[in-house]
Order: sequence, then structure tokens, then C-alpha cells
Amino acid sequence: MAPIAPAASVAPSAAEGSKKRSRIAYFLLIPGLAWLSIFFVIPLVTLFITSLQTESTRRPGTYVPGFQISNYTDALAEYWPQFVRSFVYAGLATAFALVIAYPLAYFIAFKAGNWRSLMLVLVVAPSFASFLLRTYAWKTILADDGPVTSALNTLHVLPDGRILNTGIAVVAGLTYNFLPFMVLPLYASLDKIDYRLIEAGNDLYGSPQQVFRKVTWPLSMPGVVAGTLLTFIPAAGDFINAELLGSTKDKMIGNVIQTNFIEFRDYPTASALSFSLMAAILILVLTYIRRSGTEDLV
Amino acid sequence: MRWIREHVIGAIAVMVLLYLFLPIAVVIAFSFNNPASKFNLSWNEFSLDAWTQICGVPGVCSSFVTSVEIGLISTLFATILGTMISFALVRYRFKGRSSTNLLIFMPMATPEIVMGSSLLALFLNLSFPLGPVTVMIAHIMFIISFVVVAVKARLQGMDPRLEEAARDLYASPSATFRYVTFPLVLPGILGAALLGFSLSFDDFIISFFNAGTLVTFPIYIWGAAQRGIPPQVNALASLVFIAALVIVLSAQVVAWRKRKALAVR
Repeated sequence: MAPIAPAASVAPSAAEGSKKRSRIAYFLLIPGLAWLSIFFVIPLVTLFITSLQTESTRRPGTYVPGFQISNYTDALAEYWPQFVRSFVYAGLATAFALVIAYPLAYFIAFKAGNWRSLMLVLVVAPSFASFLLRTYAWKTILADDGPVTSALNTLHVLPDGRILNTGIAVVAGLTYNFLPFMVLPLYASLDKIDYRLIEAGNDLYGSPQQVFRKVTWPLSMPGVVAGTLLTFIPAAGDFINAELLGSTKDKMIGNVIQTNFIEFRDYPTASALSFSLMAAILILVLTYIRRSGTEDLV
Repeated sequence: MRWIREHVIGAIAVMVLLYLFLPIAVVIAFSFNNPASKFNLSWNEFSLDAWTQICGVPGVCSSFVTSVEIGLISTLFATILGTMISFALVRYRFKGRSSTNLLIFMPMATPEIVMGSSLLALFLNLSFPLGPVTVMIAHIMFIISFVVVAVKARLQGMDPRLEEAARDLYASPSATFRYVTFPLVLPGILGAALLGFSLSFDDFIISFFNAGTLVTFPIYIWGAAQRGIPPQVNALASLVFIAALVIVLSAQVVAWRKRKALAVR
């Protein structure tokens, strides 16, 4: 997966690094980088400008350039519960995904033998079936009269007596949908571990728990960081799971941005929320990467 | 007891894989359902109608074709642009490498909703009409990064001695590229293109923001989710899933045979 790829090594033939060669490099780079600049970077600037626009006094419903900081304070004052909920749901989904994905990635890296590449295909394969339909299928699986809900109800563990149209269903959907993003980076970093280190831990009478805690887990940290980021980021911005599996009380910030942008056409509010989401995620990611001490992630 | 402990991780792994496939089993099964209401959510009776009249519901097949077209064109452009960047990154020295890497990494670390809404903000401010062009612009943008990652990995994994050998045998740089480098990188490029197509074909969030009145297959499903998804949609999605699985598995078999042939020699 992307973020854990090592920095590009320069082929020996490039060592001369003449002016002519770097001109070829720019020729190769410029079309793609221009595309990314025009359609990724500039839109972010436009989003920021839009987020500060004010409603036109002459033509209501249209917006004119401005410097309306209150767009941010108003939007956040109104929608902070959805904001907090998005981060809580995404955080829970990421934690569950880590717990579910780790044994699978561990098995593929160390125990699968000849089955390894087939199992990796099977991890990616679900993405070939429509994201929306797979999420919709959970409506059937978690239905009120379905086996999952009845089983959990006989145990009396469901607070509302149901799963569908509750936050539980939304978190379950998010966990499911982004699981492959957790498995692949975990696998990639477990695969790099020299298995002899784990064997050495066992030989030195480390209990399986100790070997895992002192050897395997620390060595798999780059995968844990990459996987949690790749799961958390799309989950925090998602609105499909909350829309299809949750009730109106479980809406996430993505739902709010979507309705404000597309239905209410309140572009400044929607842009302010979208930009805040981007900023919040960026800050969170940077502190997280710094704290976990893997800065060479990119 | 020991046996259980040794196999518990394998059992968990299999269970997780089953969990990944559970909704797909539901999607495929419900393509054979004759739903009692317009919502295809609970099993009623077996029917082949969705498969025999796969285009029987208006809008399903046209949205499907739209998604295929957008996917093919976006993938073509993104694969070319992304492959060029990968070659520059792996083979050349140039100033601004770290900012290039950052620019490629950022779209993958940005929530889709931010990319979708910011592009919409751009198009609205320019009064650019929304439609297939804006959707393709968006798709090319977010696919490029994935292509770069995939092709770069392939280029880095290549044995540099193969190209050195070609040069030693007096092959011109263009001949080396044409007969050695390109054929070796091609599987990586094709893999990247397949990934790119599947990302484009299945993209909903970014497309939804920038489609205007255009209806792609995921946008059709989104609209249908409110008023009931016809089983034809399940049938088409099952077809796509099976086709993709066949392509990927046959690529696996080819790679496996190659490895085996090399091992025998």
C-alpha cells in the first residue's frame, strides 16, 4: 500500500544526472502533476474561498466573495454533534478493523504458505462487488427479524433490541467496508519481519503473549499506523453507511456536507464543514504519525 | 489442546474471509429473488427474471454502460499520466522529489467527500457545466496516485541487470526500453489499470458531487436505494464481481505457472 512504500531509489544509470536527463524527468512529470495541481490543489483553495463567501443581498440564494468567518463558527455550532460522532464512529470502526484484520494478516504473512497470494486476492476481491450494494446487503443481514439480531436479542445485549437503524449498524458497516485497507498494510509490514526474530523469542522461553508483545507487535508498527490511517480517513468522511444503515440520529459529518452542498445549496456552510473536516483529519494524522514515531511514512 | 492452539489463528483467518464475502453472497443470492415488495431485502421466491431480463428495468443498463465508458476513458488517461510519473520517480533525478511525493500521497489521504466537494466548488465558481467531463476529470485525478504506487513498485522490483545486459549487447536506449523495460513493466501497468478501472467504476462519493444529471451505475443504485433496488442491479453487480475475480485469478495462475516453470529449470 502506498504510504509504506520506501522512497524511490535512483537507478545506477541515473547517477550521471545530466541536465538533459532531468529535462526528460520534467517532461514525464509535468502532465500528471499539472492534473493533480489543477484538480486537487486548486479545488482545495476554491473550497476555502467558497467557505468564506457571503449570501448576495441583491440575489438571495447566490453567493459573493467575502470574508465571513462566522460561516465556520455557525456551521460548527450547529453541526458539532455530527462532527464528534464521525470521529467516534470512525475511531471505533478502526479499532474493530485492527482487531479483526491482525489475525488474518498474520496468518497470510506467516502461515499461509502456498495459499498466500490466493488469500491476498480474496482480501481484495470483495471490492469488485459494488460498495453500495454490499452496504445495502447488510440491511438484509442485520434486519430486525434476521438471525443476527435475534441471536443477540436472546442474549439481551442490544440496548434498543435492534441493530439496523442504530449507530451499531453504522459502525459495523464502516468496519466491514474499510477492512481490506487495514489488512493489506498490516500484511505488508508483517511480511517484512524476519521470522527468525520471532523464533528467537520462542527459543528464549518467551511465552506466545510475550513474543507477540515484545517482538511481533513493535515490528509491525508501520503497518498498524498505515492501516489505521487508511481505515480512519475514509471512514470519517463516509456518508453511505450512515445513510443506508443508520437512522436520522446517527448522521455523520459527511451526510451534513452532502445535504448542504447538493440539496440545500448552502455552499459556504458545506464548504466550511468540508474544509474543517480536512483540517481536523490533517492535524489528527500528523500528531498520530509523530507520536507513533514513524515519520517516514510517505 | 495444542492442536486447537496451533489452528486457532487459521480458523480466525478463514472466518474473517467468510465475513468479507458474506454480503457478496447476499448480493448474488438476491439476484435470484422475486421480491415481494419493491424493496429486495427479504427472501420471497426463486426467480431467474433478473438474469433473463437483465436490462428489463429502465435506466439500469444505460447507467451501467455510462460507468464502463467513464471507467475506460478515465483509466486510460490516468494510467498514462501515472506511469510517466512513476518512471520519472524511479529512473531520474530531479529537484522537487519530496513535494512530488507529497502531491501524489495527498489525494490518497484525503476523504473522498473533501475531494468531491472541493472539485464541485471549483466547477461551480467557474460555472463549468457538470456531466461526464467533470466526472472523468475527477476520476483521473484520484486514480493517478494509485497508478503511481502500483507501477513504481513494479519498476523498483525489476532486476536492473536485465537492462544492463541489453545495453551491454549494444541495444540503443529506445530498443532497450521497447524490448526489455516496457515488457517487464507491462504487467504492473495492466494491474494498475485494472485497479484504476475498478476504483472508477465503483466510485460513488466523488461522482455524486460532480455528475450533475449524469447517472452512473453507483448513482443509480443510490437513487434506487430510496425506492427499492431491482434484482437486475444485483445480477449486473454479480457479473462484474465474477468477471473481475476470473481476471485476477487467471493472472495468479499465469504467475504461478511461470514460477513453477522457472523452478524446474
